[in-house]
Amino acid sequence: MPGHSDPGFDTLALHAGAAPDPATGARAVPIHLTTSFVFENSEHAASLFNMERAGHVYSRISNPTNAVLEERVAALEGGAGAIATASGQAALHLAISTIAGAGSHIVSSSALYGGSHNLLHYTLSRFGIETTFVKPGDIDAWRAAIRPNTKLLFGETLGNPGLDVLDIPTVSALAHEHGLPLLVDSTFTTPWLMKPFDHGADLVFHSATKFLSGHGTVIGGVLVDSGQFDWAAAFAAHGRFAELAQPYEGFHGMVFAEESSVGAFLLRARREGLRDFGACMSPHSAWLILQGIETLPLRMARHVENTRKVVQFLAAHSMVASVGYPELESHPSHALAKRLLPRGCGSIFSFDLRGSRQQGVAFIEALKIFSHLANVGDCRSLVIHPASTTHFRMDDAALAQAGITAGTIRLSIGLEDADDLIDDLKRALKIAEKAGA
Amino acid sequence: MDVVFRADLPVYAYAGGKPFDPALPCIVFIHGALNDHSVWTLLARWFAHHGHGVLAVDLPGHGRSSGPPQASVEAAADWLLALLDAAGVAKAALVGHSMGSLIALEAAARAPERATRLVMVGTAYPMKVSDSLLDTSRDDPLRAIDMVNAFSHSGFAAKPSYPGPGAWLHGADRALMRRVQAGQKGVNLFHHDFGVCNAYAGGLQAAAQVRCASHLVLGERDQMTAPKQAREIGQALRATVHTVPAGHALMAEAPDAVLAALRKALS
Repeated sequence: MPGHSDPGFDTLALHAGAAPDPATGARAVPIHLTTSFVFENSEHAASLFNMERAGHVYSRISNPTNAVLEERVAALEGGAGAIATASGQAALHLAISTIAGAGSHIVSSSALYGGSHNLLHYTLSRFGIETTFVKPGDIDAWRAAIRPNTKLLFGETLGNPGLDVLDIPTVSALAHEHGLPLLVDSTFTTPWLMKPFDHGADLVFHSATKFLSGHGTVIGGVLVDSGQFDWAAAFAAHGRFAELAQPYEGFHGMVFAEESSVGAFLLRARREGLRDFGACMSPHSAWLILQGIETLPLRMARHVENTRKVVQFLAAHSMVASVGYPELESHPSHALAKRLLPRGCGSIFSFDLRGSRQQGVAFIEALKIFSHLANVGDCRSLVIHPASTTHFRMDDAALAQAGITAGTIRLSIGLEDADDLIDDLKRALKIAEKAGA
Repeated sequence: MDVVFRADLPVYAYAGGKPFDPALPCIVFIHGALNDHSVWTLLARWFAHHGHGVLAVDLPGHGRSSGPPQASVEAAADWLLALLDAAGVAKAALVGHSMGSLIALEAAARAPERATRLVMVGTAYPMKVSDSLLDTSRDDPLRAIDMVNAFSHSGFAAKPSYPGPGAWLHGADRALMRRVQAGQKGVNLFHHDFGVCNAYAGGLQAAAQVRCASHLVLGERDQMTAPKQAREIGQALRATVHTVPAGHALMAEAPDAVLAALRKALS
């Protein structure tokens, strides 16, 4: 018996949640493009609606193809289950709306994707959910920001824009000390680089649009529950999370934490959040993301290998003022990265070009392989120049406040030949240098 | 629902999403080692909404029930019968899984007039645990949880998942066992529960005392309690055997098939 355990990551990436289709024998996961599922009889229908039996009713709530994706991502993360959503933003919204409402408060890392910052700072505040932003490495600030109405601590494994590594063991310990869960956006790292649940996180979400899909073809998100946070105990101790520990009139008076000791959060998220907000994933999107996940281990290894070569090249180039990659000793999160991200720090990073905003534009426009667009985590290499795109309305002082210079360039390193990527960058840097002459 | 049992030792039993009515035909569900009531909730909910009073208990020291864990199958059976008294239940069908099936058997033997049915799910007798697994459960319970979890599931894709689509059964069961283990600060509950299973030697004598109809519900791919290991106790009970396409975690892997078997057994 000793030695027997769950399969390894690569095996789960191919098999978790899927088996040959019992109806047809199809080996690959079928795409179940159907809105609804026929009931066996009236009693079966009633028992499905009352959660006396498990099964599919309507594809906004659940779908067999989506369920394979959900189980697979949960397996890779080491979680108890997952919910596929229309986008990563929808996954973040679903996580928050399941346990927070008007009068609730969130403590969040300030090093966030702009879309997440918008949701927390502007949009959710319109609905009465307030957020305090703290620097991810300032544990005293995290602690000081917690209030009686706080419901959640939130951060990214690798924060935007500087790739601050979230100290998940420390922040999760603080959260648990206060009877709170830690939610982590794991988009940049994927479970291949880090499993946040192993370090104490309670909930994880991904923009599956990025590395999980990996091919720049689909928008989607996945919200995963570790099953480790005891919502009933937190309610008993602190009075929080009545949403899960008390009867919910919106679903048969169900007490979700009684129905499932470790799946209460996902039960409510699906039975309320997907049902009422409706940000579900198309089964076709789920299938595309599953295709991507099957090669996730191979792709992530290559992403990291290529990135290390590109980082090394850029760090030694005279036109580059600095490179912000946590594997470099100069990066403020270097020590934490060595501990939490031994397989690598992903393939998205920024570097600062010496020179003017115009030189940055010249650099971008000279690139042939890198695509200039607003996405990351594609198999193709991508580039964006924040000062002339996402942050173009800011003057230099405002850019500095945001941690961006006129020459900051963000790269997402793909799967091409590393030598070709370096040649492309070398040529574009030469042209940028000439543009400043 | 919380059952008034002893004021200083609260006992929890899931009643299927309805107020418990002791006047209805009662079914008591008893979970296995390092589990709690939540392994039964779909089935318990179905029976509660189809004319039964249901008590899916958390055994002492497991889940929401406090107190030290019972030291033996016999002690747990006595505890269960006392619980029925506290809940105002005169007679009940006893349905147990794994370790819980031994407790159901022993309770049906100790109070044969009170057991209307005996259903042993995922069972074996004797329920011997290998020395290596006992040692691992003592020395490295989290490792033992992973081992048992891997042994308890028959594949990577039991559908439609429990308690619903999107649940990863391996991960959910591991999280449950870790949660229940962590709930007992002073006792290595996993080692204790396995020891209770391993030590129980009264199964055949108990079977001779049982008067109600008996049923075995077995997972045809069960590696923890293989169907052949239940043959002797099944014969002693003259039990009807139902097999379902699952491993040891058969309520999670095949909830509809287990429901069908229980409907036959309890009809």
